[in-house]
Amino acid sequence: MHLDPIEQFQIKNIWPMLSMGGHQIAFTNSAVYMLLIVVLVSLLFIGATAPRAIVPGRLQATAEVIYEFTATTLRSSTGPEGMKFLPFVFTLFMFVLAANLIGLIPFSFSVTSQLIVTATLALLVFFIVVIFGFWKNGLHFLKLFVPSGVPWVFLPLIVPIEILSFVSRPVSHSVRLFANMLAGHITLQVFAGFIIMLAGAGVLGIFGAVLPFVMVVILFALELLVALLQAYVFAILTCIYLNDAIHPGH
Amino acid sequence: MAAPTAHTEAPAGHNSFPPFQTENFPSQLVWLTLTFVLLYVLMAKVALPRVGSILAERSKRIADDIAAAQQFKERSDAAHAAYEKALADARARAQAIANETREQQAAAAEQTNKSLEAELHRRLAAAEQSIAATRTAAMGNVGAIAADTAAAIVERLIGKTPAPHEVAAALGDAGKS
Repeated sequence: MHLDPIEQFQIKNIWPMLSMGGHQIAFTNSAVYMLLIVVLVSLLFIGATAPRAIVPGRLQATAEVIYEFTATTLRSSTGPEGMKFLPFVFTLFMFVLAANLIGLIPFSFSVTSQLIVTATLALLVFFIVVIFGFWKNGLHFLKLFVPSGVPWVFLPLIVPIEILSFVSRPVSHSVRLFANMLAGHITLQVFAGFIIMLAGAGVLGIFGAVLPFVMVVILFALELLVALLQAYVFAILTCIYLNDAIHPGH
Repeated sequence: MAAPTAHTEAPAGHNSFPPFQTENFPSQLVWLTLTFVLLYVLMAKVALPRVGSILAERSKRIADDIAAAQQFKERSDAAHAAYEKALADARARAQAIANETREQQAAAAEQTNKSLEAELHRRLAAAEQSIAATRTAAMGNVGAIAADTAAAIVERLIGKTPAPHEVAAALGDAGKS
């Protein structure tokens, strides 16, 4: 039934809630997993830290390590001025990380393999950078597009390139995460499908199915790495972009 | 190739790739906004302040404990120094008392020695005096003894007692020769 590698990304309407301006708003499997993310992350960071133990248990220690890791990452990219963005960066990091990890559970759904989700998050970062950049630095924010130390003759060439690279940030930011999750899940599904197809092809096929099975195990480890790494990459790029808003001079 | 076509076709009947099906975008946007904002509020208002306070409390506790340990160490060092000092003082005092006692005893012994010596000198002088007196006395008697002895010898030899002045004259001649 799950032989189709694309079927896992299908949005299924569970409860059509309302229709607005010709658009249907529905409670979907995607929404279920988004709520699951909120519940699991809250359990880890609110449930497990409730004892406020001086000597932490495993879950509280995990929560503390992730908190300190995120705080260190943000501080090293943006300096102490950027720490007011900690809740935002932390929420973003945990949302993406939880989505990636939950998506690795067989037969589950990966929220981050939906382009609209990653694009929304990337655009959110982009607009926060632009709005905060102008609000904090005023027109000095535009110095971001004029690298210091470049001879003025090259500026007509450099400035459009800088603007283009700045504007294309949300695209690369979102597509990187989306494509990684999508490709990984398709690959896993294809190899898992081989197991089922070969195992159904008789005695010889059962022996042959061992090969894709080993492959799936290896790929799963790789996907686990990708899930962690892409969440980290998404968070650290957010930190770097926020740094541009805080310190626009190159 | 019928099979691959059937596979790429989504079961829901849409021909497009599921992540690009725009009709699902509004629902996803709404739910993403709701859940993301909910998670943000939970993290920003509850989780992060709590974890931050736990970490701050722990580092404060550790710093306090280290400070307390430092204080105890300083106190123990001070006690140790005081003990060393008391020990050195006691040793010095013992040394002083020993020296004093030794000097006192030496002085007393010298005193005794001197008085004994003086006593001995005194006795020696007295003894010498008495010896000299005795000798003088003895020497005084020698003439008389010699006269008596000579008179006795002469009486024995000649059967007649010589007159004392003759004996004395003879003795005087003998004493002169």
